[in-house]
Amino acid sequence: MSLQQLASRLQENFATGFVKAVEWRGDLAVTVTRDRLHEVAQFLHNDPAMDFDYIVHVSSVDWPDDEERFEVVYEFYSIKKRQRIRLKTRVPESDCIVDSLTDLWKGADFMEREVYDMMGIRFRHHPDLRRILLPDDFTEGYPLRKDFPLRGKGWRDTFEFLDETAR
Amino acid sequence: MGLIQIGRHEKDGTPDIVTTTVEKAVNWARKGSLWPITFGLACCAIEMIAAVSSRYDMDRYGAGVFRASPRQSDLMIVAGTVCRRMAPVIRKLYDQMPEPKYVIAMGSCATSGNIYDSYSVVQGVDRFVPVDIYVPGCPPTPEALFDGILKLQERIMLKPVFLKQPDQVKPNLKI
Repeated sequence: MSLQQLASRLQENFATGFVKAVEWRGDLAVTVTRDRLHEVAQFLHNDPAMDFDYIVHVSSVDWPDDEERFEVVYEFYSIKKRQRIRLKTRVPESDCIVDSLTDLWKGADFMEREVYDMMGIRFRHHPDLRRILLPDDFTEGYPLRKDFPLRGKGWRDTFEFLDETAR
Repeated sequence: MGLIQIGRHEKDGTPDIVTTTVEKAVNWARKGSLWPITFGLACCAIEMIAAVSSRYDMDRYGAGVFRASPRQSDLMIVAGTVCRRMAPVIRKLYDQMPEPKYVIAMGSCATSGNIYDSYSVVQGVDRFVPVDIYVPGCPPTPEALFDGILKLQERIMLKPVFLKQPDQVKPNLKI
């Protein structure tokens, strides 16, 4: 199945949630609305013609000037059919939550946690949504957001453990 | 080495009596058996590994016996970018090392944070452990690391043996 066929099949099946499909340098990126994301992903995962069995990565983009500020990007790969697809959805800052895909791909677990840790986007029905890279008691916010100060808010210069080990 | 040789052998003239101070003898032994703890954090670690390899042979200075345990080592070569989450680990391992102990900050990142002026990178390892020698470079060559080790050995020779070292820790150093 060519990328054009793949995109048109998605458009046929999800007429209401389909936003756009962009092919750029041999890569297909499909944008869908947030409420249909899980259905589209389920279709990509389960449909025998699609058969995307491997989740490559989950990432996120901050567009600070846009109305729907955040973009969640999923990338899937079909090992049997040797094709890949990028699935994007937009999230507004006021309601920063998307459906988790951990029920379809177990591998989404840690990657969604990383997106939550760095960008503050939450995932509905995620089994264990905690910070993964930063400590659990990190209170300064989400460092990958564009409005986060580059040098942080003082965490890198506080060494509270020095008091515990003081002789 | 600061050793004073007097007396020659009757037949071939080789020295057979050596007098020195205990302090110099102890420091000489200490500087010749620096056992570093393995602490590679980033690309500087590759240069540190190269320094131990046969081409450069760090063992010449008695500093090639890398230990995987802080309890067997007396030199910590912090080689690489120190993230804030790594800081308590470094401090804990430093505390577990037996006295006397020395720290070399290898490379720009361990010295000052280098270009990584970000929320997660500690701006110099001297903010939570006392550093004896700073080795500049990004990354420093094995020769530069050797220069640092030789400088450290010079400093060890000057250290008093029978006096307790003052605590050199400067927490929350403002720069």
